[in-house]
Amino acid sequence: MRKSWAIAIVMAFLLAATAAWAIAPVPAKDIKAGFVYIGPVGDGGWTYMHDKGRLEMQKAFPGLTSSIVESVPEGPDSVRVMETFVRNGSKLVFATSFGYMDFVQEVAKKHPDVVFMHCSGYKTAPNVGTYFGRIYQPRYLSGLVAGKMTKSNIIGYVAANPIPEVIRGINAFTLGVRKVNPKAKVKVVWLFSWFDPGKEKEATKALIDSGADVIAMHADSGAAPQAAEEAKVWVVGYNNDMSKYAPTRHLTAPIWNWGMLYKYTAEKVEKGTWKSESIWWGLKEKMVGLAPYGKAVPESVKKLVAEEQGKIVSGKWDVFTGPIRDQSGKVKVEAGKRMSDGDMLSMSWFVQGVEGTIPK
Amino acid sequence: MIRPFRVERRIDAPAWLNWAIPVGAVAIALAAGAILLFFLGVSPLAAYTAMFKGALGDAWGISETIVKAIPLTLAGLAVGLAFTMVVWNIGAEGQIVMGALATVAVVRYAFVDSSAAMFAMMFLAASIAGGLWAGFAGFLRARWSVNETITTLMMNYIAILLADYFIYGPWRDPSSLGFPMTAPFPDAARLPALWGTRVHVGIFLAIAIAVLFRVLYRWTRWGFELRVIGNNPKAARYAGINDTMNILLAMFVSGAVAGIAGMTEIAGLQGRIQPGFSGGYGFTAIIVAWLARLNPLGTIFVSFLLGALLVGGDTLQVVMGLPLASVQVLQGLILFCVLGGEFFRNYRIVLSGRGE
Repeated sequence: MRKSWAIAIVMAFLLAATAAWAIAPVPAKDIKAGFVYIGPVGDGGWTYMHDKGRLEMQKAFPGLTSSIVESVPEGPDSVRVMETFVRNGSKLVFATSFGYMDFVQEVAKKHPDVVFMHCSGYKTAPNVGTYFGRIYQPRYLSGLVAGKMTKSNIIGYVAANPIPEVIRGINAFTLGVRKVNPKAKVKVVWLFSWFDPGKEKEATKALIDSGADVIAMHADSGAAPQAAEEAKVWVVGYNNDMSKYAPTRHLTAPIWNWGMLYKYTAEKVEKGTWKSESIWWGLKEKMVGLAPYGKAVPESVKKLVAEEQGKIVSGKWDVFTGPIRDQSGKVKVEAGKRMSDGDMLSMSWFVQGVEGTIPK
Repeated sequence: MIRPFRVERRIDAPAWLNWAIPVGAVAIALAAGAILLFFLGVSPLAAYTAMFKGALGDAWGISETIVKAIPLTLAGLAVGLAFTMVVWNIGAEGQIVMGALATVAVVRYAFVDSSAAMFAMMFLAASIAGGLWAGFAGFLRARWSVNETITTLMMNYIAILLADYFIYGPWRDPSSLGFPMTAPFPDAARLPALWGTRVHVGIFLAIAIAVLFRVLYRWTRWGFELRVIGNNPKAARYAGINDTMNILLAMFVSGAVAGIAGMTEIAGLQGRIQPGFSGGYGFTAIIVAWLARLNPLGTIFVSFLLGALLVGGDTLQVVMGLPLASVQVLQGLILFCVLGGEFFRNYRIVLSGRGE
């Protein structure tokens, strides 16, 4: 009997200890959210959209303030930046690029009362959550459009870094292209950089020179759409509606809606109900979507996209549902089977129809 | 034509100029920066206070400034040695990368569970890797007079691409879900952090090498030879100084010290490498070396100030809400004025009608 009492007391202590991990409610005016950005706000893409989300959050919570540091390298410098936020009163820190992952863990360990949200990584902790979106879903939809628009059956894809996120996007896009146009190929050029407008433009030109008449992209700036506009080829943007970079050539773009996630998180922190989770929302939650169509996109294509989008939103079907073959023709996902999130998050092979290699 | 002034070379500069010029230059830069800040709608006084507080206002700020100063000092000493003999080693960045790669290689292929042994091996491997990388450019210069400015510069990119190859390829951490990064170092391969901050034992290496260089330049025959070659290569040859051998040796030592900077950054701070890990210290080091006038102890001082400038820049963004671009303009103004001030050490401006 004594023993079970002792166990009960220990259990109570343990419970109290875990409860202490829960972050106490923070009034909006004390949250002072800090944002670590990988590029400048003026990149017109990735960081620009995060900043738009930040401002939406600020608007939704009267009294809430936030601050940013731009162009933080994915190295030890990011530790100092996050510490600077915390030392200036931040109770909520967003790190918006994959390479900050270890450094977020390092800082979070020292400040258990501060909530850290890391974009696109896979390491969590009691006070570290991760967030990302199923951008592969609108990528697939934009692939349907690209597949219908190409005449040369060569589509160029300007791709930042050979990591699962980008590979998944290329594959989803290609599945869309090949669904409507099995003859088309997607040619990939790697930039090995997230934000390098010069390189992005050069890669676009090279792809156009090799016959591509539609360009798709995964990079942080609007340089690829600009180059496409100059060369008069179609372009599928990324991050946000990039039609201002390619006014006559922009077809559509898979876009981010970070504001909803930032509002969601701020609300939880304010109410004291925040818990570490790994968020991966898609079209259904409206965390990702498609930019408005360009004039050239025919009604029939819009209708097809709407149908496919409906299937995804309803949950009946998702992009990586078999049969899916890799470049060598080997079946990677059996007919009717759906790929697991784990396999999607660590994807490191190309589907059939992609022309290019993944550095190994 | 009447010119309102003319520029005249100083024959001998008075000693007080040595400190008056940099102090005056910083004052002018801060005044110019104040105008900029005013037009950005920010109180200059508040901005400068925030900057100072962030970088030097408390123990944490100072520790972070030191963290930046360590690689800057090492790389600054490295290029300074080559510059002393007028050999333009612009390749410290690549030599840092090679040092870091050698460090990872030692941890991967020769790990032993002893901090002391690991430190010794990483130190040796990094200095040899950096030394050979620079030494190769030195060899081309010494043997065939190949322009080392170009070769060292180009070899930076080769080193960075080589690192990318290993990070994306054979050294990729299999448990990283396909993301490009090497496996984390075991504890025995990490340089101990000091005083509960991020300052690591690299600080002692930086100071020790600075002192060593000071002794080298001041009291050794080799140091003397380096300076003679730098000042007058013909006279050096005439005096029987072997400039081929000296260029080779100086480039090797220069690269070795840069390689050590790579080692301390990786083993001290990151514990793994991922793309873009080198951080540009090798390029900033060129400014450091010149601001320090190639003086080894001055290099420590300048690195510390430059570190403070960089660390203070974060605070400007966080506290004052300034965009990075204006912070960089401010930092650039200060560097520009200080470097520009050097002109007035060697030249003076004489108003017409006076001193004719």
